[in-house]
Amino acid sequence: MTNRFATQSLKSADDTAQLAQAVSSVLTTGDVLLLEGPLGAGKSHFARHAIQARLGRAEDVPSPTFTLVQVYETPDLDIWHCDLYRLSDPDGAIELGLEEAFETAAYLIEWPSRLGDLRPADAVTLQLAMGAGEDHREATFSGQPSGFRTRLESVLND
Amino acid sequence: MRASMTVLGIESSCDDTAAAVVFGTPDQATIQSSIVESQTDLHAAFGGVVPELAARAHAEKLDHCVELALRDAGLTLADVDGIAVTSGPGLIGGVLSGVMCAKGLSAATGLPLIGVNHLAGHALTPRLTDALHFPYLLLLVSGGHCQFLIVKSATDFRRLGGTIDDAPGEAFDKVAKLLGLPQPGGPSVEAAARNGNPKGFALPRPLLDRDGCDMSFSGLKTAVLRMRDQLVEADGGLTEQSRNDLCASFQEAVCDVLAAKTSIAIKAYKGLSPATPSFAVAGGVAANQAIRGLLETVCTENGIAFSAPPLALCTDNAAMIAYAGLTLFDLGRSSDLSLSARPRWPLDQSQAPMLGSGKKGAKA
Repeated sequence: MTNRFATQSLKSADDTAQLAQAVSSVLTTGDVLLLEGPLGAGKSHFARHAIQARLGRAEDVPSPTFTLVQVYETPDLDIWHCDLYRLSDPDGAIELGLEEAFETAAYLIEWPSRLGDLRPADAVTLQLAMGAGEDHREATFSGQPSGFRTRLESVLND
Repeated sequence: MRASMTVLGIESSCDDTAAAVVFGTPDQATIQSSIVESQTDLHAAFGGVVPELAARAHAEKLDHCVELALRDAGLTLADVDGIAVTSGPGLIGGVLSGVMCAKGLSAATGLPLIGVNHLAGHALTPRLTDALHFPYLLLLVSGGHCQFLIVKSATDFRRLGGTIDDAPGEAFDKVAKLLGLPQPGGPSVEAAARNGNPKGFALPRPLLDRDGCDMSFSGLKTAVLRMRDQLVEADGGLTEQSRNDLCASFQEAVCDVLAAKTSIAIKAYKGLSPATPSFAVAGGVAANQAIRGLLETVCTENGIAFSAPPLALCTDNAAMIAYAGLTLFDLGRSSDLSLSARPRWPLDQSQAPMLGSGKKGAKA
């Protein structure tokens, strides 16, 4: 994968949750994290823990597969949790208002392949792949050099 | 006796566009017309249910739906006493176009306007269809929702618990996808399960051993995926019998979780000492005969009346919005033209959601 800058082997769902908390801590307005991986890889699980960590309270974070977008207002940042699984093409993403809103919040986007050309150039991709063990996942971060990438590197590589 | 009202309802918060006319009082209302323009049939031919996202498409269909609903009821706007519209939660584009349409009609006619919570529409439907008395226990289980609610009044809902991740309808759709069955997944998984052995595969029952009414279905989907991969590796492919057994085992796991949590919810509900203990299940997943049958059994065992609105009123529709609007108007409530769309709008805002996983703060 091009522009890969960090990898982690996750041994459990809790490991995935801890990674999500670390990523969440550096999120800021304008950040776009694309969550890739097959059904069951833990994309929603990751997003849920990232959002809950930032909210600082126990709020339900349901799967956005049916609603496509759920918006969370944290004390200092709006987080959009998007799931484009049900979209067939980028027109749908335009209708959702993703294009205009990319600059006003942070984004966690599942099934980002449906974004097509709307995929922001400085977005970071987190690929979650199934590992050898039942709850094992391989996490790979990639993206062009950007402020978001630099902030992620600071928490992922220590 | 309270005066009867005629209310026009508008719903466009998710995939469907709908309009309906309901007449009566909160205790006795009848549906005069109910129009639902669905995308499902159109897209089923292409192997998937594609959401109707376009606010523009909703807006175009809304005018037509309103016109048809009034025509079917044999009425004109001059006969209507109020306009109810879903103002959340849901897809923002869809909700907005419904709210704009309703505001336009209200501004043009001077009719009162009321914004209705989509979930309140579902939650109050058993009053419309089965004349249930408050308080009753409701399980709302659909593609996007799964929660237990005690409905105390038209404006007072207590959430006992719900899914902490996927809704069962979503799990059915994704399992169908994983097993190469057609969408929508609910009916196709149910059909395959009929020819399968529910004990064929051991699948997890997440959160079954926990107190409370919270549920989790995401891990069940992942377990089905693992099992499929093991079968494909062992047998060189997925046999029809294995697929049927997997569907039956999956469906039974969902049934077991819903049944166990319904028992817990009934106990909590009975703590309120309701005069006529009643349970209702609403939402598209209530169409599943195995789930419906089991819930009915659980109610019988617990000495509580079971009801399920007809399927057309379990899934998204505007009659429920018109009826909920009617009950709110009856309480003297209304909205003004500043009514805004709310993508997120929990019914029970008094209560912090209960998180079943307890994984938050795992480092601590």
